[in-house]
Amino acid sequence: MHHFKTLAASTAIVLCASGALAQDSITVAIQLEPPNLDPTGGAAQAIDSVLYANVFEGLTRFDADGAIIRGLAQSWDISDDGLVYTFNLAAGVTFHDGTTMDAEDVKFSLDRARAEDSTNAQKGLFAGITDVTVIDPLTVQVTLDQPNGSFLFNMAWGDAVIVAPESIENIASNPIGTGPFTFTDWVQGDRLELTRNPDYWGPAPALESATFRFISDPTAAFAAVMAEDVDAFVGFPAPENLPQFEADPRFQVLVGNTEGETILSTNNKMPPFDDIRVRKALAHAIDRQAIIDGAMFGYGTPIGTHFAPHNPDYVDLLANSQHDPDLARSLLAEAGFADGFTTTLKLPPPSYARRGGEIIASQLRAVGIETEITNLEWAQWIEEVFTNKDFGLSIVSHTEPMDIGIYANPDYYFQYDNPEFQALMETLNATTDPAMRSNLLAQAQAIISEDYVNGYLFELAVATVAKAGLQGLWVNQPTAAVDLTGVSWSN
Amino acid sequence: MNRNLIIGTALTVLFIALAALSFLWTPADIETLDIPNRLQTPNATNWLGTDHFGRDILSMIMMGARTSIAVALLAVGIGMALGIPLGLLAAARHGSFLDELIMRGNDLVFAFPSLVIAILITAVFGASAVNAIIAIGIFNIPVFARLTRGAALPLWERDFILTARVCGKSATRISIEHILPNITNLMIVQGTIQFSLGILAEAALSYIGLGAQPPTASWGRMLADAQTLVSIAPHVALVPGFAILLMVLGLNLMGDGLRDWLDPRIRIART
Repeated sequence: MHHFKTLAASTAIVLCASGALAQDSITVAIQLEPPNLDPTGGAAQAIDSVLYANVFEGLTRFDADGAIIRGLAQSWDISDDGLVYTFNLAAGVTFHDGTTMDAEDVKFSLDRARAEDSTNAQKGLFAGITDVTVIDPLTVQVTLDQPNGSFLFNMAWGDAVIVAPESIENIASNPIGTGPFTFTDWVQGDRLELTRNPDYWGPAPALESATFRFISDPTAAFAAVMAEDVDAFVGFPAPENLPQFEADPRFQVLVGNTEGETILSTNNKMPPFDDIRVRKALAHAIDRQAIIDGAMFGYGTPIGTHFAPHNPDYVDLLANSQHDPDLARSLLAEAGFADGFTTTLKLPPPSYARRGGEIIASQLRAVGIETEITNLEWAQWIEEVFTNKDFGLSIVSHTEPMDIGIYANPDYYFQYDNPEFQALMETLNATTDPAMRSNLLAQAQAIISEDYVNGYLFELAVATVAKAGLQGLWVNQPTAAVDLTGVSWSN
Repeated sequence: MNRNLIIGTALTVLFIALAALSFLWTPADIETLDIPNRLQTPNATNWLGTDHFGRDILSMIMMGARTSIAVALLAVGIGMALGIPLGLLAAARHGSFLDELIMRGNDLVFAFPSLVIAILITAVFGASAVNAIIAIGIFNIPVFARLTRGAALPLWERDFILTARVCGKSATRISIEHILPNITNLMIVQGTIQFSLGILAEAALSYIGLGAQPPTASWGRMLADAQTLVSIAPHVALVPGFAILLMVLGLNLMGDGLRDWLDPRIRIART
């Protein structure tokens, strides 16, 4: 017994000591593990969550509020016709393998991303580029085929980061970028480790090392945070547990915006959803607040179109689709479905989809639409719904920033084909004047809202649960990222 | 009097009665969600409280009992309908190639943990109550086949069977007319035990999302849904947990009780 006490006491001392020393490292949990580590080749958001701003940097970047700020490009000049961008690169930047980052690497990265055989998940970002020219080692000139008001925004995406020809071959398993942290280890299925880059060109981060852990199960996530196994959980998956963390002085809860428009995806090519009256009936059958309360425990902002409510250009179009089951029933009757119909509702794993699906199924049943719910894993969802378009309805959150342009692509999985909208998007892309862009964006939002392309539910909120002493974590998620550059422990 | 049998039967009958009652009446409609009224603790309106969608938990338990009992009953039915004839056949052709074939086939199915087969089947053919029935049914087949063969073999050595054979009855007729009635007790007892395992398997499958799909109520899914709510509304998890516990306990007690009651040797020893 005496020995046990001594042991316990010495363990306590060791724990305190390690606690004091651990102030320059952090363990961050996120829900999904990246399938590979190449942000320029993979579509998975988790790749950016781990690597964006930490390991890889682009010409420009998003800051915590979603504004576009300088990245590797320290300044830029735009020609009067809006076609030529001249970027002045930061001096003295090296990749983690010691090679220098210069204009040649920028040209390599952009040419690789826009190449015919490129596997970049967001090739559209680079579509307008006609030429990339190296002026001198620190100056690079990008020429566009037409003015593009969102070019600097496009260059801030994780898919547009700068990579080097020397290290590109093994990028998927050994990512080498220019960021403040270097990649050290990845134990698949468990964790990924980053270490401070001593040769970083910018201000050194406060943290010496960081470990990412991947915990997908909400119950395990709750346990890991409660037991203080992790210092922070970005994108905490169980909103019902947040009040408990808020009440606990050991933790802080940050609830912020994402760019995630959560929608009831509707297969616009599949009867009866090719009839606008049926889609309008869907929209009026849905009670958004019940979904936000029931699936997200109140976290989330209702949306009436595919646009983020915190964006200054957002137009409130909720009035187009107020909850009105009687109107929904009469619209269905008008479309020839007085007795309702049966369709599929295919749900990916997140709780907004699984719980939201049950709520929507019940709301649709109330107007006569029966749904057959199928729960899918992400890989199955990507295959069945996103790729093969074999679905009637689905629920998913579109987390890419400013992604209203997906409605201009008739092959996108919900298959909305409206030439008027496509023309509007082309005009928008060619417009640089801010006032005119706002106006065009407002029109675009109105068109898809009045066409009831999808059921617009809510803007996904993101919750970060962190230990009380941790500061500098992003509250909002303007892009999928866990930016550790500004994170530190207060004492 | 046999206490196990009474308690076990009472519990089993209670749940079967609840399931039967749910066809006619439930305290509340579980298809309509009432989200503002969610996570209520047990009260006068909702005797067992409400879940995260504001549905009445007692009604969910009643509807869930229906799913559990239907899946387990049909699965045991499949096991008996295929397993008993196979076992009778193997016993009748004892030592033949057919006997070997049936028994090694049994071993093959037995070699896999039963739940793993069930997960495999539902994962490949899609999650639904029907596939859960088939999956649980398949691993019930060898249980009944082996038990039947084991019980039938010594019977084949008995004088009354010999008499029947001398009279010219075919092996099929002897199996049906003489062997089967003599092993019925055993099958009833085993059926009860398998029924309880079926309830557990259904709960396990629907817990991992491979059983009955929403909006069909299921005890396993109620548990899974309540998982993250344990710390804020424990009753949401406790109620379906106890339902599974009591139903399985009831069936096991009933199985034990039935065995004691039906087995003449034990009955005689007691008197």
